Amino acid sequence: MTKNMEKEAALRFGDGENFAATELRLGLPGTRERETATKVLPTGSKEGGTKRTATEIESNDFDREAKTQVVGWPPIRSYRRNTFRSMKRDEEKAGTYVKVSMDGAPILRKIDLEAYKGYKELREALEDMFKCFPSGESVRVDAREYAVTYEDKDGDLMLVGDVPWEMFITSCKRLRILRGLAPST
Amino acid sequence: MMTYFPEEVVEHIFGFLTAHCDRNAASLVVQGVVPPAARLRRNCYAVRPERVAARFPAVRSLTVKGKPHFADFNLVPPDWGGLAAPWIEAFASSPTAAAAGGRGGRAGGGGGGAPLEELRMKRMVVSDECLETLARSFPNFRALVLISCEGFSTHGLAAVATHCRHLREIDLQENEIEDRGPQWLSCFPESCTSLMSLNFACLKGEINVAALERLVSRCPNLRSLRLNRAVSVEALSRILMKAPQLVDLGTGSFWVDHRSEAFHRLISAIERCKSLRSLSGFWDASPLCLPAIYPICSNLTGLNLSYAPAIQGSDLIKLIRHCWKLQRLWVLDCIGDKGLAIVASTCKELQELRVFPSDIYGAGSATVTEEGLVAVSFGCPKLHSLLYFCHQMTNAALITVANNCPNFTRFRLCILEPKKADPLTNQPLDEGFGAIVRSSKGLRRLSLSGLLTDQVFMYIGMYAKKLEMLSIAFAGDSDKGMLYVLNGCKNLRKLEIRDCPFGDGALLENVAKYETMRSLWMSSCDVTLGGCRALAAKMPMLNVEVINERTKAKSRGSPSDFHKVEKCVYRTIAGRGTTPRFVWIL
Repeated sequence: MTKNMEKEAALRFGDGENFAATELRLGLPGTRERETATKVLPTGSKEGGTKRTATEIESNDFDREAKTQVVGWPPIRSYRRNTFRSMKRDEEKAGTYVKVSMDGAPILRKIDLEAYKGYKELREALEDMFKCFPSGESVRVDAREYAVTYEDKDGDLMLVGDVPWEMFITSCKRLRILRGLAPST
Repeated sequence: MMTYFPEEVVEHIFGFLTAHCDRNAASLVVQGVVPPAARLRRNCYAVRPERVAARFPAVRSLTVKGKPHFADFNLVPPDWGGLAAPWIEAFASSPTAAAAGGRGGRAGGGGGGAPLEELRMKRMVVSDECLETLARSFPNFRALVLISCEGFSTHGLAAVATHCRHLREIDLQENEIEDRGPQWLSCFPESCTSLMSLNFACLKGEINVAALERLVSRCPNLRSLRLNRAVSVEALSRILMKAPQLVDLGTGSFWVDHRSEAFHRLISAIERCKSLRSLSGFWDASPLCLPAIYPICSNLTGLNLSYAPAIQGSDLIKLIRHCWKLQRLWVLDCIGDKGLAIVASTCKELQELRVFPSDIYGAGSATVTEEGLVAVSFGCPKLHSLLYFCHQMTNAALITVANNCPNFTRFRLCILEPKKADPLTNQPLDEGFGAIVRSSKGLRRLSLSGLLTDQVFMYIGMYAKKLEMLSIAFAGDSDKGMLYVLNGCKNLRKLEIRDCPFGDGALLENVAKYETMRSLWMSSCDVTLGGCRALAAKMPMLNVEVINERTKAKSRGSPSDFHKVEKCVYRTIAGRGTTPRFVWIL
């Protein structure tokens, strides 16, 4: 449910067609009205916010020879087009936000991996969030108490810190702080 | 003077009347004779709603279609029309309807009032106000089916839920519905226990899950339930525990941690649904969650994965292997030709296949080609309905498919690149489509694509004798193409053409043909304003509309007759009422 609500939040509070407004923010329910107002336009609207993408803006509607996007081609219903467009946008927006769970803590958190420069900053942020790590040590080596692990694209549980940071943020789907597990090396 | 005829006789008489205007005239004569159980279908501008309501006051089931089919693809400007309100108001306020309903007058609850029970609308503009009118005016109202409609919000749904005491069906398919809060589900009164079908999959917002669960609990006849993305897996499990009798299920968000308790609860809940035959939804589905449905896959006759782009390749194949009773399969092209080969070897009962494109704006790595279709044609002899989006097609493949599957009733092929030739031979696809129409003698609907010359239309005119609907894009060389079709296809009812070199000559050669048809759509062809005027002059009973978006800005001065028309559409009509500025009725 929460994953879905995050996606709904992304849809609701960002102006879908204005790519500059990609910032996720938590707004009061009243701010929804702006987004829903643009969505009331009929799907056939050329001026409406739901129809155009960058490539469609470029195409000349009346140039039959245009090899790029042609109006109404391929013949897919607006509803399907719009649904896929928003699914894609959700993926792009929510891309680097991952859930963080900790053993024993019933409430999960969410962080944006792209907000951190590396493992050190990540570690500090996690400490701050859960206020339970001994300070100073690197993420990997705290055998006494916790191991910070992550779930990758294949669903496997991996130890945080093995791979270069850039690779980590693209493959990490979720963070788990596990208790009482000693890393094997 | 006819006072009463049995239904069969009325239908028999009507069968001889082919022109729509004749049918209207005949309807006047047999007023009051049409039995209440009869279903009425109308195009929303084919005849005035007040006339229909006056003529058929006792009708219980009404189907109205609004915008032309190509409106689905943004080819019809907004505000074109297709308003539902006149129809609902006509039936709500018709005095004969009220009289036919019983004691007459608007009903507060039970007793008199118009007897309309079912309303189906497609491509119409529906407002909250007219949904409120509907809810208050028809005391026996049971079923509301809205497909590809727009203009209303969850407030309209709330009105229907609140006032329609005998509601059996709310089916919302692919509508644009404004989200104004989740309260509508709470509006079903406790006394509402008659729901059999509820589909709100296209709703974008949150819903009141607790209210939904209570509603499901008290409706033991609920057979079809399609949820929206806001419904989590946990909620789905609880709902299924209360409704194990479901036959058709559209899941909500189908994502859960597959190691969690919630996942196991989902499996148990689904296992209990022994009657489940059809599945859809799978919003945000992760492949790791699919094993939850394995237990009931072998019972499935229908499966729609076309909104689940994350399910591809081997996961999809694993799933299909369980579904050997499938009759209807809707998937994305990321199934690939390999996946389709598995469909061919597993789904021997397959009758309908739809393969949608997953990546509309890019090249897409995983796609399907002619190979996938050929494989399915070998493996699935019962296939009769096809919608196939692909990157390429060959004549050889189409000929093979035609030989393997002679029972097509619907054949819609969309090669994504317009005017694409057969990649093996660089030839047009005339022979391939020709083979299809020659072999499938029962073909009723056909959509063409790829590189096509006038030749394919000659084949269609010669062989497609049962064809009722034809969609053409970027095809043909000359007027001859369109004329082959108009002259040859005896049963043609709807013809829609875009971006083809057909002009006034084709439009005007066989005008009598249009009397037997329901509609003609031509956009971005070579038809001029003069041609449309000539058509309107020759056939005064037809309605010829010209939609010219470009001239919206210009106010005065009628353009010359040689002005090329962007869009023109015709229907038989008895008066349209208000028209937007960019529509000219000739």
